[in-house]
Amino acid sequence: MTVLPQLQSRGPAPVPAASRPAGKEQGQGRLAALYLAPGMLGFCLFIVLPLVASLVISLFDWPLFGDPTFVGFKNYATMFSGDPVFWTVLGNTLLFAVAYTVINLVLSLGMATWLHNLGRWGTVVRILFFIPVVTPMTANALIWRLMLSDDGVVNSVLAGIGISGPSWLSNGPLAMTSLIAMSVWQGLGYNIFVLGAGLSSINPALLEAARIDGAGAWQRFSRIIFPMLSPSLFFCTVMTIIGSFKVFTQPFLLTLGGPGQSTNTIVLYLYRNGFSFDKMGYASALAWVLFVIVMLITALQFSQQKRWVNYDS
Amino acid sequence: MTADLKVRSTDRGRTGRIISRVAIIVVSAIFVFPFLWMFATSLKPTTEVFSSGASAFGSRVEWSNYLTAWTAIPFARIILNSFLVALGGSVLTTAVSLLSAYAFARLRFRFRDKLFALFLGTLVLPQEVLVIPLYILMNKLGLVNSLVALVLPFAFGAFGAFLIRQFILSLPVDFEEAARIDGAGSLRILLSVIIPLVQAPLAVVFVFSFIDYWSSFLWPLIIINDNTQATIPLGLSMFSGERGTDWGPLMAASAFAVIPSILIVILLQKQLVRGVALGGFGGR
Repeated sequence: MTVLPQLQSRGPAPVPAASRPAGKEQGQGRLAALYLAPGMLGFCLFIVLPLVASLVISLFDWPLFGDPTFVGFKNYATMFSGDPVFWTVLGNTLLFAVAYTVINLVLSLGMATWLHNLGRWGTVVRILFFIPVVTPMTANALIWRLMLSDDGVVNSVLAGIGISGPSWLSNGPLAMTSLIAMSVWQGLGYNIFVLGAGLSSINPALLEAARIDGAGAWQRFSRIIFPMLSPSLFFCTVMTIIGSFKVFTQPFLLTLGGPGQSTNTIVLYLYRNGFSFDKMGYASALAWVLFVIVMLITALQFSQQKRWVNYDS
Repeated sequence: MTADLKVRSTDRGRTGRIISRVAIIVVSAIFVFPFLWMFATSLKPTTEVFSSGASAFGSRVEWSNYLTAWTAIPFARIILNSFLVALGGSVLTTAVSLLSAYAFARLRFRFRDKLFALFLGTLVLPQEVLVIPLYILMNKLGLVNSLVALVLPFAFGAFGAFLIRQFILSLPVDFEEAARIDGAGSLRILLSVIIPLVQAPLAVVFVFSFIDYWSSFLWPLIIINDNTQATIPLGLSMFSGERGTDWGPLMAASAFAVIPSILIVILLQKQLVRGVALGGFGGR
């Protein structure tokens, strides 16, 4: 778990003096430039440049073909006051992010603890739960679309016990519920892995000592397990929230963003504006809003972590 | 936790363990059910996909669905594309990450730590934010609809360099010093001293990068518009677009897409466990 302590300072850990080549007092700038050339060239060309370009493009009316026209902040003005779909999409994404993150973290914490106590069985089950993390999301989404069809297996099973199943994918709130359920199924295994690794690093003798001293299950959880697991939980929270704001494939294939706009998300709306509605400027403005939201939430989490994350284990 | 079970091997503990194991079997079965249903459906005649209800089998086993999936879109070509992209992408990512990691871990130069912090900051940057300018860039370079366009933009993230750098920092410098005294240059040191020692994190970076390329969907959807250049996730989406109600062959095609990933999970458990513990694939 070497990465976890890294999250606390945000910056890279300083290189210890001992690992610096002794004897060479001057820097190795030229040599370093050679080694860094491929990485930094690609970094500038494919990450830094597009990030800046995205902001510039958002100030234009930019069709796929034809000349862009500078329009200043018009795209942002439209977004905030002239486009009701934007607010729907933003609301959907926030709802998805909150529900997905909370359900995912609660379930994965519970599952990780359970599997941790199951020994060898736990190891095998953990691998099973990891499968949907790695299988292509497109396949996962298509399988769920089949299962949740009106005459699909879910409703057939419900019919078998006398319940007439609903239209899972064409009723607004149910479509969102299906989207969240499918996404939790897909992403759960990842957090179970991370939290499982965190649990394994807790010394069982510590818990045993607490038990002998008369600490109950809840006390052992809240006083020992939770604090010692908090770096892993922090990592999972940060990564799960970022992931939830990027949701695209699930609504694209499972619900097509519908019914109406009820499962349309920021990235799906961004994609449609850029590549179906021929509005790349507007799509870039959406991208920047997404970028700012994700950065703000991540920064907020880092600033709050001292309150609950405990790094001195 | 573990200790609880070991200490109390009373009857109550034993019954509890049995209940717990039965429960985990039920939960696991529900969890993998979608994949089982995919295989079951892939062998049903299309007309019976819904009429067979919750039954796992149709009136006959329709192996021809796999043939239909294979021939309806150029599936052999699509699988080859996926392998080329994932393999090329992960080799490039691993090589570039190693070079950067070595420089950041072992060489001294101005602004090194500041540059690394900036680089690392992009770990939390959603790639989705970059797709519009990347598309315009690829268009200008004439790379739209090419496999190169699928590989290049995503080989320069900070994750690989970060992971390998952390690992190099944990190595003692003694071997490098010895090699230097023997007159080895930095490239020689990297190739014959560092690489043999960092094989584990290199494998992790390789595997995670492979899976990322293998599963990527949004970018191929944007940059590829011809099914001879498609990768598996895009191929599936195109297939469902053309034959949306033809569930038998569609699930057979999904099986083609899912099986390699399942094999990866089973065969490469060790790398995956280590990689996840080190923070790989964040944000899924």
